[in-house]
Amino acid sequence: MSFIDYYETLGINKNASEDDIKKAYRKLARKLHPDLNPNDKEAHSKFQKINEANEVLSDPEKRKKYDQYGEHWEHGEEYEQAQRANSRPRNTGEQSYAGDFDESNFSDFFASMFGGSSGGSSRAQVKYRGQDFNSELSITLEEAFTTHARTLKIQDKNIRITIPAGIENGQTIKLRGYGGKGVNGGPDGDLFIKFAISNASNMRRSGNDLYTTVDLDLYTAILGGEKTIETLSGKIKLKIKPETQNGTKSRLKGKGFPVYKKEGEFGDLFITYHVMVPTDLTDKQKELFIELQKLSQ
Amino acid sequence: MEMHEYIPVDIFCRQHGVELAVISSLQSYGLIEILRVNEIEYVEQNHLAEAEKVVRLYSELNINPEGIDAIVNLLQRIKEMQSEIQFLKNRLNLYED
Repeated sequence: MSFIDYYETLGINKNASEDDIKKAYRKLARKLHPDLNPNDKEAHSKFQKINEANEVLSDPEKRKKYDQYGEHWEHGEEYEQAQRANSRPRNTGEQSYAGDFDESNFSDFFASMFGGSSGGSSRAQVKYRGQDFNSELSITLEEAFTTHARTLKIQDKNIRITIPAGIENGQTIKLRGYGGKGVNGGPDGDLFIKFAISNASNMRRSGNDLYTTVDLDLYTAILGGEKTIETLSGKIKLKIKPETQNGTKSRLKGKGFPVYKKEGEFGDLFITYHVMVPTDLTDKQKELFIELQKLSQ
Repeated sequence: MEMHEYIPVDIFCRQHGVELAVISSLQSYGLIEILRVNEIEYVEQNHLAEAEKVVRLYSELNINPEGIDAIVNLLQRIKEMQSEIQFLKNRLNLYED
């Protein structure tokens, strides 16, 4: 546990007046408030820090204790004993901001010095909504292709979710009430799960459509034929037209990715044919190609 | 009507420590949706998170309704732009190997 410079957190000097503190805090709160910075963990963390700094510096009693013992916080208990004799409960009436702020997230430094959250100030009676949790879940493209269940461990709690087929890379789903506990009877926060879809397949996805390249040997490209390919939904037999050119594109309707939350609807599969020119020809093959060349001249 | 899906406005106000007049003012700017049933006003569960956000901006950051309106619109634009960026990133994957 290390010392936290609350003055530095609020960007003020040690001689700052109550008004300076209020101004500095409000300015930073307007910048870092979680409602203005959704899904920004860094802003959220900074917001908690300025809230803590304000909790201390806006309360003259806490500020006095902090100024006196801040860097030597280990001696806080001695200070408490000295103060107990002539202490009086006080209510500063100073406003603090909540915005999804979980009071249990005060630093260890604060807890050590002031004994837990807000130290019995007027805030104790206010109901706060619990903190929203953000989580990221990695799944493969193949997994995203089918609706499936997954169990997540969030804050030591197992949560079973059903991931609908067709979920997008970067898409976020909200689980209402699965976030932090509300404070003083306030509602629980929500859990936001962002999906990161990895793709090691030979398919590329764009929305509901899939794109792939199919290699064709020269003879099938010229004479036509059949080619079986592996897709995310199984094997497909393709009919190759005679004289298929390199780079020819073909669209297979309904063979793409499932449409999110629309059962039975699929995007399309786009195939680009890549004609492979044979290498390491035998003498006989070369001979025949030369003959072909002569025929076509 | 499933009553548990509707929160009476007076309970909502008590919960968030705001005056009824504040909610009326925010409603008049179209920032909070209020449903009136049998002379009782309710906040719908579906709109609760948004309503709480608006009230927090009002009471915690002292932003007036006009300012909140501008912020809500800008946040909506940011959200749309973020999904567009994500869509474009996903498209870009098509050309990367």
